[in-house]
Amino acid sequence: MNQHIDMKNEPVRPLSMHPQRFALWLFIVSIVMIFAAMTSAYIVKKSDGDWVDIILPQSFWLNTIVLVASSVTMHMAYIAAKRNNLNLVKIAMTITTILGLSFLVGQYVSWGELAAMDVHFEGKPAGSFIYVFTGLHGFHLISGVVFLIIVLVATFRFKVHSKSMNLIGMCATYWHFLDGLWVYLFIFLLLNH
Amino acid sequence: MATEHQLEGNGVSHDDHDHDHDHHQSFVSKYIFSTDHKTIAKQFLITGIFWAIIGGAMSIIFRLQLGFPNSNVGWLKPLLGQWITEEGKIDPEFYLALVTMHGTIMVFFVLTAGLSGTFSNFLIPLQVGARDMASGFMNMLSYWFFFLSSVIMMSSLFIQTGPASGSWVVYPPLSALPQAMKGSELGMTLWLVSMAIFIVSSLLGGINYITTVINLRTKGMTFSKLPLTIWAFFLTAVIGLLSFPVLFSAALLLVFDRSFGTSFYLSDIYIGGEALPNTGGSALLFQHLFWFLGHPEVYIVLLPALGITSEIIATNSRKPIFGYRAMVGSLFGISILSFVVWAHHMFVTGMNPFLGSIFMFLTLIIAVPSAVKVFNYITTLWKGNIVFTPGMLFSIGLVSLFISGGVTGIYLGNSAIDIQLHDTYFVVAHFHLVMGSASFFGMVAGVYHWFPKMFGRMMDEKLGYVHFWFTFVGVYLVFFPMHYIGIAGFPRRYYSFTNFDAFQSFTDLNMFVSVAAIITFGAQFIFLFNFFYSMFKGRRATLNPWKSNTLEWTTPINPGHGNWPGEIPAVYRWPYDYSKPGAEDDFIPQHIPFSATPESNLPHENELIAEEKEEEGIVVDETKES
Ligand code: HEM
Ligand SMILES: [Cu+2]
Repeated sequence: MNQHIDMKNEPVRPLSMHPQRFALWLFIVSIVMIFAAMTSAYIVKKSDGDWVDIILPQSFWLNTIVLVASSVTMHMAYIAAKRNNLNLVKIAMTITTILGLSFLVGQYVSWGELAAMDVHFEGKPAGSFIYVFTGLHGFHLISGVVFLIIVLVATFRFKVHSKSMNLIGMCATYWHFLDGLWVYLFIFLLLNH
Repeated sequence: MATEHQLEGNGVSHDDHDHDHDHHQSFVSKYIFSTDHKTIAKQFLITGIFWAIIGGAMSIIFRLQLGFPNSNVGWLKPLLGQWITEEGKIDPEFYLALVTMHGTIMVFFVLTAGLSGTFSNFLIPLQVGARDMASGFMNMLSYWFFFLSSVIMMSSLFIQTGPASGSWVVYPPLSALPQAMKGSELGMTLWLVSMAIFIVSSLLGGINYITTVINLRTKGMTFSKLPLTIWAFFLTAVIGLLSFPVLFSAALLLVFDRSFGTSFYLSDIYIGGEALPNTGGSALLFQHLFWFLGHPEVYIVLLPALGITSEIIATNSRKPIFGYRAMVGSLFGISILSFVVWAHHMFVTGMNPFLGSIFMFLTLIIAVPSAVKVFNYITTLWKGNIVFTPGMLFSIGLVSLFISGGVTGIYLGNSAIDIQLHDTYFVVAHFHLVMGSASFFGMVAGVYHWFPKMFGRMMDEKLGYVHFWFTFVGVYLVFFPMHYIGIAGFPRRYYSFTNFDAFQSFTDLNMFVSVAAIITFGAQFIFLFNFFYSMFKGRRATLNPWKSNTLEWTTPINPGHGNWPGEIPAVYRWPYDYSKPGAEDDFIPQHIPFSATPESNLPHENELIAEEKEEEGIVVDETKES
């Protein structure tokens, strides 16, 4: 008694953006809101008084350069995929992943630097906030690295090429976003510490 | 009846080998780990109902304490164990746990997950003309995260030190210091974990709702033809997407304060004469973060109910909704304004009076779009051919509650008056009418109205009427007197008031409220019986029992996964063509082209016929048996 459904051509979709890409953008919006809340909390707390000035670890500068560089290689990978230069995609994606991981290591090192300056997670909020910003960003960056690895594996399976750009496109968007987010946090801390 | 349908993608031709796996869906993949938005909606509904019973029962227990402070409730001992003292009294700390859990459960688990989760899931794909949500898998995850968060919250009720007790707003330092009260020990940790998971669930759901509305509308379904339900669900999801992450941040910092020794919210606290090590934090910071979510949250709870009401009132008045654009505009207005009024919950925290005035001004502006909506509901009803279905009665009830609760909002929004009324029963009365009862009415109205689409059967009308009158009269009897108690100055969340001379004269009124609450709660079991009985034994539904215009009624009575056998209907007109002059029937569904209704078309609609031709008539092929 089963009814077979003939699905004729579906009516045309009103918007051509891929739903997954769109969902990714919404996900990014929610991350933006988390950090908007955090940085506003920082400002509110700071204007409240009882604040201590903290010198930011030097390694933040190096880490920032590493992360920005990884965005460049990510973009190279994307362009290469568009041009079907799969070898370059593999190389650029690998470099991006390595740079991403080194950024994480670098952030860990900067925690050590902070601790050496006697700024700990416990204690006054001024210091704790730096740990929360970097930690929360690092946590999201780990998810970004996982995404990079997924794309890398897909590349080796020939699933990334000029006709199949969705995955790598989403990965690039997310990665550039995480990069931009860190630059924002860093500048924010530079201006407001 | 065939209820399972084989799904195929765009223009993929039939391939007999692929057919079978879908027909023999196992019980697990069909009812438990289902990716069908309709099943997920029902899962949310049932879980929501379950929580509503728990949350409601809790309120009855603390109403017993308030209404009959001297009575012996020893008979509850088998259920509550040591939460009942030797003398047969409710333990004061347990009282606080009850109010806290009641608030948390009702606001988040029933009226957010139970309401949005049920109706956004169920109606968005059906009303915009989509086969399912953008991502069925994410949608399934959304439910199971909600389930997990429910299990954790539930388990906190059974631990030695009891659940969180610092009220649903969990203000630190009370909630941050385990020494402060029993509920701030393990119970509070579980509360935070549960809420964090809850937020993940809401975000997963919300992202799906927004994506589906934007990307998966059927042909012809422009934004100006969207039913108001969809507009409301859509904006609710947007508000949630912007505000829940903020609660997440607030909760995260609280977790750090509680368990990792930070001091974001803590400073200069002395316990037993000894200073705590925490310095430099600010408890008000939490309130800002919390209410930045908290106020939008009240609209997350209300907007879906308003959307449901718009649809039901238009359908059952047999009239086009009055002021469609104004309705959409005020939904936008409310959504935007809801983000800039949070500090009206903090008027008495010592904020700068000038800042207070700004927030007062912004708060009072919200009354404008709210009034527009009320006005439009009433004008839609005006001179309509009203059909009093139970769903319609509850929708009209919502309008009434929205007015009487909204008016007191305007009082509270004035900072000078709020200094007197803040944290009294006046606030309790305000938000239980405007949020609690109104949204609850919207939810129940939705269940009565879409029950035929959910279960293929009708709910019993007579029981529905009885349920309505008990509930409608009941909530007014419960919450109206609270205004007086509040004006007299009685603070919320107090265990006992009999020690204060000033409040002696309210003993009778409190008793009255408690009796009314018990009766109203009892009346909900009529609904429960009706719900479960009709699910199996109700009268069979027809295709379009309410003669409604929206797309969900073009699906088979029991739609399978994929919703429409054959092609998805295209949409030609707005969803409110009721009682159009000249038309044969008093309703013209959205998928009927103008070329089919020359007798009722307006001049500019006749011009659209040419465009329809261009886009080619669409054949709806629903019953092709093989
Ligand atoms: C005319 C529009 C409204 C205005 C001007 C208004 C104003 C206010 C104000 C000033 C307060 C704070 C009172 C206090 O704590 O001292 C308040 C509390 C509250 N309002 Fe409204 N409100 C309005 C509509 C609504 C709506 C539509 C909802 C829900 C759907 C709502 C839900 C709440 C809740 C839940 C609280 C209490 C929260 C708590 O302290 O636990 N209000 N309202
Ligand atoms: Cu508010």
